[in-house]
Amino acid sequence: MNVSTSFIITGLFVFALAGFLGFETIRRVPRLLHTPLMALTNALSAISLVGSLVVLGREYSTYATILGFIAVVASTINVVGGFLITDKMLRMFKPREKIKKPAAAEAEAAS
Amino acid sequence: MTEAANYFLDPDSARAVIIGLLYLAGAIGFVLSLKWMSDAKTARKGIFAGEIGFALAVVGTLLMPGITSTGYILIAVALLIGAAIGVPLGLLVPMTAMPQRIALSHAFGALAAGLVGIVEYFHGQPEIGGFVMAVLGVEIVLGCLVFTGSLMAAGKLQEILPQRPFVYPGQIFVNFAVLGVAIGFIVALVVNPALTWAIPIIIVCGLVFGVFLIIPIGGADMPTVIALLNSYAGISAALLGFVLSNNLLIVAGALDGMSGLILAIVMCRAMNRSFSNVLFGAFGQLDESAGEEGEMGSIRSASYDEAGEILKNSRLVVIVPGYGMAVAQAQHKVRELADTLEKEGVEVKYAIHPVAGRMPGHMNVLLAEANVPYDALIDMEDINPEFPQVDVVLVLGANDVVNPSARHMKSSPIYGMPILDVDKAACVMVVKRSMRPGFAGVENELFFNEKTLMVFGDAKDVMGELITEVAGNRDSINV
Repeated sequence: MNVSTSFIITGLFVFALAGFLGFETIRRVPRLLHTPLMALTNALSAISLVGSLVVLGREYSTYATILGFIAVVASTINVVGGFLITDKMLRMFKPREKIKKPAAAEAEAAS
Repeated sequence: MTEAANYFLDPDSARAVIIGLLYLAGAIGFVLSLKWMSDAKTARKGIFAGEIGFALAVVGTLLMPGITSTGYILIAVALLIGAAIGVPLGLLVPMTAMPQRIALSHAFGALAAGLVGIVEYFHGQPEIGGFVMAVLGVEIVLGCLVFTGSLMAAGKLQEILPQRPFVYPGQIFVNFAVLGVAIGFIVALVVNPALTWAIPIIIVCGLVFGVFLIIPIGGADMPTVIALLNSYAGISAALLGFVLSNNLLIVAGALDGMSGLILAIVMCRAMNRSFSNVLFGAFGQLDESAGEEGEMGSIRSASYDEAGEILKNSRLVVIVPGYGMAVAQAQHKVRELADTLEKEGVEVKYAIHPVAGRMPGHMNVLLAEANVPYDALIDMEDINPEFPQVDVVLVLGANDVVNPSARHMKSSPIYGMPILDVDKAACVMVVKRSMRPGFAGVENELFFNEKTLMVFGDAKDVMGELITEVAGNRDSINV
């Protein structure tokens, strides 16, 4: 795990720029969508899956493999669950005109 | 060292270029997914971009050198188990349980980040540079802290743990002492990375600090805290990126960290409080005496019959939902009432306070679930100027966010918090189970306002009664 100094500098560049980009992008997300946003970033934060996969796949030692296995399972739960739940939520957000039609159809079906 | 050579990814090799490009595409997917999230029309496309990004990141990672053939099998098994748990967790959890579901999910992500950090330390020591060791130490502490903190938050939200804040004298001191010990040992590790025994100590400090951090937080402050934990989870992923020389982790972590930070700032502003006040202020315990200023006047209550009549005869009704609506699961009944009123020619809008509920955007999700169109959900700033033209405001399980004493009563713990100006409307109906004060423990002078009518009962039952009143009256007119 020898991280070169040049990567540290590049990494800091990437971090700073991604941070500003994230700030400017996410600032525009309306409050309406703050819960889905949270669920989405929750799924994205499971990017540590990338690190977990490497740890598990390389089998450094028995302990490392066990911990890596738990890490992969935990982050996969997060990714899969996170994306599914965000999508489930967003499917519920409908503008007025889209609701009227299905609602009317539902009422007819009920009667 | 021969072992280490196996893991080395030659930066000039074709493999490194392919992995690099896949990661780049993944990062672009993540940025696009957040960009498309800024509009309800494109948001679902955003999820798709995020999923593609993730898939590319995983493919790229599987190309990393040093993964054994048993390793690939183990990875496949772990991915399947994770997916088998993740799918029901994503599809079956009801919308009302969303805050605790999100908190729980933070715990999983943080656990993974923490574990990877720990493994990387033991694999790499004692040859770990100062910068990387510092980053790794902080990453492990953050991962552990978010893990237990999120579990605590989920427990409080699920009401497995008591929702009331728990405070004791010297609490801040104890919390900082725990954190101080962790920082001390991280410094020691930077000086001498071979101090393997220091790792369990910082792990325990992180775990304990996570618990201590949430103990004094009460239910109404949960939105801010969940957002902060979200931010910490992102930062720990970014730190892991520095340890693993992985730009994709840094990008995703930075985006996530920023998102959580922005949400936390929005929440704090909406309560006119600072971060430190939320984290250490223990709202609700502050000033119990503020609510005991004796008689604030008399209240007027209305029967369902009267309330229904008033609603039916108005032109514009604004519904103010709060956590009480979520607890009573009344969102579907609320929409039914709105539909019934709209059939009578009454316009219905919803006023959403930023901190209503237990997580950012909580009310929006609940009402969207009940098929309320999102263009009827109006943010506080946009609805406040409209209140003087509103005939009836129906306050449903909200309390502190409509309390006018936030404007003028300096002794009140909620003083300065921006509120919905419901008292400017012609009539305010408050649906409430009892006269119990809200979360902040403050008496709400709105209830004693001469324009206010109290309608006592469970939110869901009251909605049901009002629907029959409004619809029933129409029938009697028709007959």
